[in-house]
Amino acid sequence: MSGTEPAPRFRPGDRVRVRFADPPGHIRTPWYIRGRAGVVERLCGAYGNPEELAYNRPGTPRQPLYRVRFRQSQIWPDYRGVPTDTVDIEIYQHWLEPGEAG
Amino acid sequence: MTAPDEPHVHDHAHEHAHVPHPPARPDTDDTLTYYKAMEIAVRELLIEKGVISAEDVRRAIEAMDARSPAQGARVVARAWSDPAYKARLLADPNSAIKELGIEPGVYKLVVLENTAGVHNLVVCTLCSCYPRGVLGLPPDWYKSRAYRSRAVREPRVVLREFGTEIPDHVEVRVHDSTADMRYLVLPERPAGTEGLSESVLAELITRDSMIGVARVLAPG
Repeated sequence: MSGTEPAPRFRPGDRVRVRFADPPGHIRTPWYIRGRAGVVERLCGAYGNPEELAYNRPGTPRQPLYRVRFRQSQIWPDYRGVPTDTVDIEIYQHWLEPGEAG
Repeated sequence: MTAPDEPHVHDHAHEHAHVPHPPARPDTDDTLTYYKAMEIAVRELLIEKGVISAEDVRRAIEAMDARSPAQGARVVARAWSDPAYKARLLADPNSAIKELGIEPGVYKLVVLENTAGVHNLVVCTLCSCYPRGVLGLPPDWYKSRAYRSRAVREPRVVLREFGTEIPDHVEVRVHDSTADMRYLVLPERPAGTEGLSESVLAELITRDSMIGVARVLAPG
């Protein structure tokens, strides 16, 4: 059975934090962004969970996928750029938790 | 060298053996890695069992190789020339490229517009995700560990190495292509190209400008 597709928990503009976790397997959440706080840029839709798909499982229930925007200067303490530079990353909902109000 | 068992050994070949020549460089395409062997084995089995044919494989490779940055350039040139098309392209990229006869494929395309205030740069830090439907196969450097790690860590330094200087008042926005989206940069139209036709504009638009490592330059 595919299970119930989770409803989107976040909306554009919401502050979120990426879970800091290190599970084994085919993880599409880059290491450098785990534990970091950002802002939801958009909801991209619901997609099969790659952590399941990589092992020939159905990848269901599908997970809401977001693009989350982060400040470079908050990711890299010694960032050699401009404080307003950003990076947008696609992150599945099960990797996100609500962020602190900013 | 003599080869008595071969039916046709002409004199020429015999003479050649005495002509001094530099040693041939070893081929570089002969390393049969684990995954190459697996690909060949699976392909041969699929053909043997009648699931696909050798012609199917050949045609798929031909179709893959036929995609090129020229397709992306047509999309960008149309967006520069037709504001209504540009609005549709930004709102629903897959449908907009289909209008031009380009097959979007299974992934959702996101079009990133460069403006006076934002410069977009695309990377896939985890592997080599790339908008193949509109740009064809990625360049080797895009897949290199150096680009993948540095584009997200020090994008302005990487851009400078590509000859692209981004002033401090412009935000550099990196897009890490980690999952189900694929990204196409809509570069800024250079000044001095106002009178140019769509097909002439398309000639100016490079692959690198649609990845975000370069700007589009006016002719001359």
